[in-house]
Amino acid sequence: MSLVLILPIVIPMLSGVSILLAFRSRVAQRFLSLAGTAALTLAAVLLLAEVSQTGIRVDRIGDWPAPYGITLVADLFSALMIVLTAVIGLAVAFYSLVSIDQRRETFGYHALYQFLLMGVCGAFLTGDLFNLYVWFEVMLMASFVLMALGAERRQMEGAIKYVTLNLLSSALFLAALGLLYGAAGTLNMADLARKFASLTDAPSQGLVTTLAMLFLVAFGIKAGLFPMFFWLPASYHTPPAAVTAIFSGLLTKVGVYALIRVFTLIFVHHTELMRTVFLTLAALTMVVGVLGAVAQYDFRRLLAFHIISQIGYALMGLGLGSALALSGAVYFIFHVAIAKTALFLVSGLARQLHGTYDLKQLGGLYRSQPWLALLFLVPAFSLAGLPPLSGFFAKLSLVRAGLEAGEYVSVVVALAVSLLTLFSMIKIWVEAFWKPLPAGSAPASSAVKGWLAPIAALALVTVAIGLGAGPAFGLAARAGAQLLDPTTYIATVLAEAP
Amino acid sequence: MEIVLAFVIGGLYAAAVYMLLRRSLVKMLIGLALLSHAANLLIFAVARLTRGRPPIISLGAEDLASPYADPLPQALILTSIVISFGVMAFALALAYRTYRTTGTDDLDAMRGSDR
Amino acid sequence: MNSLILQTTTRYLLPLLLLFSIFLFGRGHNEPGGGFVAGLVAAAPFALYSIAFGAREARRVLRIDPRWFIGFGLLVALTAGLLGVLLGRPFFSGVWTYLVVPGLGPIDLGTPMLFDLGVYVGVFGVTLTIIFAMEEAD
Repeated sequence: MSLVLILPIVIPMLSGVSILLAFRSRVAQRFLSLAGTAALTLAAVLLLAEVSQTGIRVDRIGDWPAPYGITLVADLFSALMIVLTAVIGLAVAFYSLVSIDQRRETFGYHALYQFLLMGVCGAFLTGDLFNLYVWFEVMLMASFVLMALGAERRQMEGAIKYVTLNLLSSALFLAALGLLYGAAGTLNMADLARKFASLTDAPSQGLVTTLAMLFLVAFGIKAGLFPMFFWLPASYHTPPAAVTAIFSGLLTKVGVYALIRVFTLIFVHHTELMRTVFLTLAALTMVVGVLGAVAQYDFRRLLAFHIISQIGYALMGLGLGSALALSGAVYFIFHVAIAKTALFLVSGLARQLHGTYDLKQLGGLYRSQPWLALLFLVPAFSLAGLPPLSGFFAKLSLVRAGLEAGEYVSVVVALAVSLLTLFSMIKIWVEAFWKPLPAGSAPASSAVKGWLAPIAALALVTVAIGLGAGPAFGLAARAGAQLLDPTTYIATVLAEAP
Repeated sequence: MEIVLAFVIGGLYAAAVYMLLRRSLVKMLIGLALLSHAANLLIFAVARLTRGRPPIISLGAEDLASPYADPLPQALILTSIVISFGVMAFALALAYRTYRTTGTDDLDAMRGSDR
Repeated sequence: MNSLILQTTTRYLLPLLLLFSIFLFGRGHNEPGGGFVAGLVAAAPFALYSIAFGAREARRVLRIDPRWFIGFGLLVALTAGLLGVLLGRPFFSGVWTYLVVPGLGPIDLGTPMLFDLGVYVGVFGVTLTIIFAMEEAD
């Protein structure tokens, strides 16, 4: 009986459905959206508490035993990701109430938002690869519509690129699933891990490597890895700020989650080869992302390039593969999703105040909005990795893991990219906050109290997991240990007894 | 039979890639549709073809008489067909709206969001 | 479109196709058929209606906003999943009961059928929402 395991899927679905049924009343929709995400947060915390105390939890959908039916599995990594989803979901749901225009609301914005959260939670919880594909599609479908909702010209152009490349990745994922099923005869991740551990002859090894590469490409597109990230900066800055914020916080992280899950559980052979591949891709992703950001003068495009560069750090953790590195990656994903979402929310508020995302036309925000300035600096410095904020500890653990493994190139790249990130953040600070408002720009308009609250909440979380890095990193370390040694995961999923 | 299917799948992939590389929006979407068909057929072929042996336990029997067709790949294909049906419906609507908003179906003319 | 032939046929096809969709739904339990295709077949006459008479007229015949069907269908499907949970079994466990109909004998009723009903209504609603929206966009 593990109700706690299905709640993160059932709650967003229930709120999405009730929002759909209440399509006549905007007020009811807004209330249900907020109530639903609040309930999701509660359920997520419950799940994390339970998993942290009693270990990995498993639920067999439809009462079918493990390798045959679909299983839901929550280890600490999954539970942490669910908490992350819920926290970001709650903050952005609140932000949506004040920032999304009425036209988008009547076209079903809130219902789609809930279905997006449902898809993300499902992807984090499932223990079956085909089911992961289905959750990906649920999430993508909702995100497609959120991306295109409003039908402005730039939005449509961005949506076309977003939809095409994500569908391409889904088709590759599906083909990989087919080949995988042909090779192993199962799609349950734990069962696959067990079956692949015994495949040692050369031909099947070749097949396993091919499959691993197919999955790397399929998930790499979704995560925004180096040669496959082009859809991201071409589309993420086109929808409203709330949509960009939730996308940046969650969607690429699902790709990274899938990469980490698959490459710590199933494709654990060829450690040397995969390590080189991952570390090279990670370094390139970091460098190219941050260099792309340096050249930008659009607030959100700049941040979009930083999403890519930050994904590189998480991948570096996966590539190093030690317990410290994996824990660092888990902690890093948690930290960066929160900080990034907060920054996108700040950009939306800047746009609300001055009507533009163009950094050259912004200015004077420090004078007119001192609180906003403070709330920008917290996630910005955290992203750049200044102590005592969360980014510092995340990068510290990754760098230490790199030094221990003797991967000095990766370490140097990570530190240099950190400096460039700081440079980008200072650029935003100087352009949008410090310099006086350029002549001819629209003066600040409208009250912003409701806009500040979700930003403040996320900034507080950043500070909290930075100052409380001891316990927070302790959780991440246990999650990393579970990832490094998946025997408990496999045994729990495949246990015969109910 | 597997050989024939292998060639069909290969042909579908080739056609899909060719269509995806076209500049026209509609042709690109046809490419995406072909891509998902190819993936579905791939699942079908990879899971081994068994003719006329449905995996149904006949009346009075205790167990399935082997050999029988594996039902799972067909369930997978069915699921992915339904998903790609929904996704394609959306993609076509999106293409139509994009055409109405931008007045062109030339992808090279849609660079507004890349600058 | 203003075609007398289409308009006349559509009127006669509406009850026929609806009946056929119910037949497909019932057949789906053991044989080819089921909620998805039944929902599509049920949506077809209304789609024809919107082609023959326009979306406004089709909406009038349908009476209920198709968006409502989407929510209701999902709700029914979710209920089918949660019934098992209420009985203390995993999510989406099958729960079965019998209904004795005079003249027909006992009929199996279970959560898979309830789920299928949700699919039926949901597919019906989604299809019509899309078709009406496209018809009205012109």
